[in-house]
Amino acid sequence: MLFKKADAPYLSNNSNVQQLMLKVIYALIPGSIAMFWFFGWGVLFNLLIAISVCLASETMMLKFRRRPVQPALMDGSALVTACLLALALPPLAPWWLTTIASLFAIVVGKHLYGGLGFNPFNPAMVGYVVVLISFPREMTLWTPPMGVGDGWPGFMDTVTIVFSGVAPVGQTMDAITMATPIDTLKTQINLAYDTEYVRAHRVYGELFGPVSGVGWEWVNGLYLLGGIWLIKQGVIDKRIPLSFIIALILISNLFAVIDYSSYSSALFHTLSGGTMLAAFFIATDPVSASTTPKGRIIYGAGIACIAYIIRNWGGYPDGIAFAVLLMNMTVPLLDYYTQPRTYGKSERRS
Amino acid sequence: MPAEQIKIVKNGLWSNNVALVQLLGLCPLLAVSGTFINGFGLGLATLLTLVLSNTCVSVIRHWVRPEVRIPIFVLIIASIVTTIELAMNAWFHELFLVLGIFIPLIVTNCSIIARAESFASKNSVLDSALDGFMMGLGFMLVLVILGSLREMIGSGTLFANAHLMFGEGARDMLLTLGDDYPGFLLAILPPGAFIGLGLLIALKNHIDRSLQQRVAHVELPAESSGSAA
Repeated sequence: MLFKKADAPYLSNNSNVQQLMLKVIYALIPGSIAMFWFFGWGVLFNLLIAISVCLASETMMLKFRRRPVQPALMDGSALVTACLLALALPPLAPWWLTTIASLFAIVVGKHLYGGLGFNPFNPAMVGYVVVLISFPREMTLWTPPMGVGDGWPGFMDTVTIVFSGVAPVGQTMDAITMATPIDTLKTQINLAYDTEYVRAHRVYGELFGPVSGVGWEWVNGLYLLGGIWLIKQGVIDKRIPLSFIIALILISNLFAVIDYSSYSSALFHTLSGGTMLAAFFIATDPVSASTTPKGRIIYGAGIACIAYIIRNWGGYPDGIAFAVLLMNMTVPLLDYYTQPRTYGKSERRS
Repeated sequence: MPAEQIKIVKNGLWSNNVALVQLLGLCPLLAVSGTFINGFGLGLATLLTLVLSNTCVSVIRHWVRPEVRIPIFVLIIASIVTTIELAMNAWFHELFLVLGIFIPLIVTNCSIIARAESFASKNSVLDSALDGFMMGLGFMLVLVILGSLREMIGSGTLFANAHLMFGEGARDMLLTLGDDYPGFLLAILPPGAFIGLGLLIALKNHIDRSLQQRVAHVELPAESSGSAA
């Protein structure tokens, strides 16, 4: 009798880059819908512009580098970069801002370093930081979330703002836009007000919901759900998001306990700004993140600490993009010093 | 021009360019190349230093003992840079204020002592002066190109502050690209200098490689016919 013989490995795992990237996109959907609901048409325009520019520049760079276009374009990595970038940019960002960020992300952040798998920095965050330090004024063009003030502008008004860069007739840019809760808190606390005062303020107070900022709690909560689904699917490792969130809770609690009037609660920090998007989707980028178990824990915690420092004492509205890039730089070192022990070898390095 | 001198010219301007190939003197190169005029001013000062230091070092090369040559080179370069600094302070005072510490810092520009050590101390006076001039010109050209690119991308102007060098009449030289250009801060900030220099080096390497390939294409058929015969 002949037995059919199979060779190792016996685990069948059909995952490939395209499937992984598609799952990341699926997991982003609930959070993006919440972004759209609370911040309006601008989110949609950002996504459309970023996706078309990213895919076009990816094709262009692959042609320049004489690489096969079809497989690299279909793996979806450029699509994920575009979505992460678009969701991080402010909704009323002018079209050229989104275009420059997308171009930098793909051309400089990804292909000049050698393409997918060789980029030391997260491409989406490279694009974001380039426009953040180059155009600080345009990067504040956030709409008031749904339910605060007049809410976000209508479809035609958004088209005018995004494609011509000026406010619609009879309105001013200052009236249409509003700072994010994190930014508002930092500005007011720098002016020597305390958190209680800001939350009770006639204008700024409206921005704050029961947990963090109006809208932001939903957006972050849905990213959290999508992220948990990704962990369950085995797409991302749980160490980076867990250590990121735990470290952020610990450090923000520490400061909130010391001085409650000028530091926000841990709940506010974990559900504000880009925290959850960064924890599950940006920091876990398989190319630029640390790859060893211990290294991933340090990597996540490092991002949380740097992001918290920049959020509270830095000059920029949110520090996550800088934190991710700074920790990306430490990855080769982290990976070198946290190599797991090979079974049967002693712990000590020879 | 004899072949020897042609080689010196080619080395300085292209194949051994201080900024693009030797990657020397990057500190002033990256710090000062924010505008065309800043780059041009510092480039000119460096060019002058290189010519004078190469000439002086070459003149005394038979009398300097090898054991003490480096301190002597440093002394010569330092005196020349001090002279140039005083001259700029006198005649281009505003430009001197803009360039600030980077003029005295020319003394630490490694390309100057590198040329003194590797070329001027071994070659005749005229060759050394030519070498200094060409190396300085190559450095200045990179400074000027990088400065213009950063100025154009960063603030949308070209030849801003030209009156610092060319007198009041040069104020009209200012070119503005579009009135509502928002300004691309990254190009003016230090990362823009690094990215810009990186792109220039990549461009140079690309040109070199395509030239090489063209030469190879031309030579190949000749070789194959030669072997067939």
